[in-house]
Amino acid sequence: MRWFLVLVALFLAGSAAADTQTILVGLLAQERDAAQPVSPLDRDSSDEGVAGARLGIADNNTTGRFTGQRFVLIERTIPRGSNPTDAVRALAEKGVKFVIADLDASLLLEAVSTPEARDLLFLNTRASEDALRAESCRPNLLHTAPSRAMLADALAQYLMSKRWRRWFLVTGRSPGDRLMADAVRRAATRFGAEIVVEKEWAFKPGNARTDTGHVTLQTEIPAFTQVADYDVLVVTDEANEFGEYLPDRTFRPRPVAGTHGLKATAWSPVSEQWGAAQLQDRFERLAGRMMGALDYAAWTAARSVGEAAFRSRSSDPAVMTSYLRSPDFILSGFKGQGQSFRPWDGQMRQPVLIAGPRMLVSVSPQPGYLHQGSELDTLGFDGRESRCRF
Amino acid sequence: MQVLIGAVLMLAIAVSAASAETVYVSNEQDNTLSVIDGTSLTVVATIPVGRRPRGIGLSTDRQKLYVAVGDDNRIDVVDLKTHKVGGSLPSGDDPELFAVHPDGRRLFVANENDNLVSVLDIPERRIITEVEVGVEPEGMGVSPDGRFVVNTSETTSMLHVIDAETLELVDNVLVDTRPRVAQISADNRQIWVSSELRGSVSVFDAATREPLAKIGFEIPGVPRELVQAVGIQLTADGSRAYVALGPANRVAEVDAKTFKVQRMYLVGQRVWHIALSPDGSRLYSANGNSGDVSVIDLKEKEVLKSIGVGRSPWGVVVAP
Repeated sequence: MRWFLVLVALFLAGSAAADTQTILVGLLAQERDAAQPVSPLDRDSSDEGVAGARLGIADNNTTGRFTGQRFVLIERTIPRGSNPTDAVRALAEKGVKFVIADLDASLLLEAVSTPEARDLLFLNTRASEDALRAESCRPNLLHTAPSRAMLADALAQYLMSKRWRRWFLVTGRSPGDRLMADAVRRAATRFGAEIVVEKEWAFKPGNARTDTGHVTLQTEIPAFTQVADYDVLVVTDEANEFGEYLPDRTFRPRPVAGTHGLKATAWSPVSEQWGAAQLQDRFERLAGRMMGALDYAAWTAARSVGEAAFRSRSSDPAVMTSYLRSPDFILSGFKGQGQSFRPWDGQMRQPVLIAGPRMLVSVSPQPGYLHQGSELDTLGFDGRESRCRF
Repeated sequence: MQVLIGAVLMLAIAVSAASAETVYVSNEQDNTLSVIDGTSLTVVATIPVGRRPRGIGLSTDRQKLYVAVGDDNRIDVVDLKTHKVGGSLPSGDDPELFAVHPDGRRLFVANENDNLVSVLDIPERRIITEVEVGVEPEGMGVSPDGRFVVNTSETTSMLHVIDAETLELVDNVLVDTRPRVAQISADNRQIWVSSELRGSVSVFDAATREPLAKIGFEIPGVPRELVQAVGIQLTADGSRAYVALGPANRVAEVDAKTFKVQRMYLVGQRVWHIALSPDGSRLYSANGNSGDVSVIDLKEKEVLKSIGVGRSPWGVVVAP
């Protein structure tokens, strides 16, 4: 059977039957501290992101069997404290043209600015900074990870559809948390919500898994959340330091949403609609754990490169890149609508899941948020407000 | 399934009594089938089946209905006289759609999770062979002459053609993104494939697999992303095609000779699968998000009625 398939693939590749096209895809990650588990249910996910890219490449190769195209993932990790120059050069020297970048914003900007990066296309799967899609945008950079503005807008649309319009904003102290808080404030203004109280989480990050740790939390959280009335607490805690403590422990009986509780996220293990069950199953078989948002962004990046190769019937990076950016490009991302790249800033337009801890609650854009082009462009910065100039 | 509908249509020429038909609808969220009487257009029975029923198809003798119950990894066999599940067939993992071969002996089943098409021998109740296809096989069709079988793979976005005798892959053709349904024309000469995310239907020459046409469905006021083509029904006389447009809540009528869209019927929400009546005078659509079935009078060109069924109606089949 396998032989037969190979023959079919060779046949499809045309008269030059021996020419299987090989497309090298780089994966650039950075050395990170192991995450401190918050819940005993947390599993080790040190391969977060990478595992998604590996699955995307495997999916590409299943199709590649039939089209005579082969995809190879070349993984490089930037050591702590180093700059990305060596890794980018090493990938370029191997003949890599497409780089899945699982990097923080500052390293990503350094990576795309190295001389060797000029002929490469980077797909950002982690950094959610809106600046990367605005004043810091680059022609050699696409983003499959949603920006913070997209996540905040998605959440705001859902909260407004529930008429939970008075928000209590609780912000972490990291720079990312503050940027997310900015995105939440922008969303509140755009969609007509009011931030009635705002507080910064001031406690030191602790270890939740101490004996009788819940007792401490039950004294800290009600005191912290004893504020004037609101409809919903919106939390920004990207580093997962305290957000998990808030649901069910607040002074008032109000829901928690944001980075914890009801989450706005590109992906969640709870989604099984639009065929997602199959993607979740494949991922779990490969990685031995559930698929997270970073895995999804990396899977999407790898699959985008695959689609560009299949549809343009090419392994020429220039042809593939122009196809990726064209209005013809469409990726099936298991969220009910085709996903494509916004021409004005290189951001992948995509639905954003509104996920509870065990079930999918909704998906944004919400019905009724209209747009003259794509309703997906009601999330994040639209073309006319974009500050990106390539 | 295509073949069956074709066969049913041909039978209808002999049986001209209009609308004596019975409509069967699988309710994905209720684990039931709704039975609609074609004369009164009311639900006359609800049949409990296995978990997550989706694809359904009539046996060639029209005495039984096969129901893919994905969460139970099997195909339930419903006796249409007693309205009870009389037994089940092995199907491989998570069956979704299948095609009943005109030989009456074999089912071709898409196993979404395993990148396989399973070939099931019905009397022997066993899987004879598995054919490796692309990622997430979904749509299944069989030519009315029984010579070839087609399958779509949703993530690979390919049309796979399988020789029904040797059970080997004959060809793999790249099609538009996330193909859902493949149907073969009554004369065995064309393969029609819908693309959910591109919102298009592509027509291929069945012998050469050369593209003949691509049909798009622009609807004023409906965003492009929400025009998603899924179910296809081709009339027995080869004159028209009907295409279900998912969250656009429309069924398109297409001239199957010129490939031009003639009109749109407004139906219930998220319409995926559709079925023609045996005499070709009506079309029934299963509307997943509004929990109903729309009945379209194709002569009068109007939607006659919507009939409430179970939760998340998915597949629909009409028996004479």
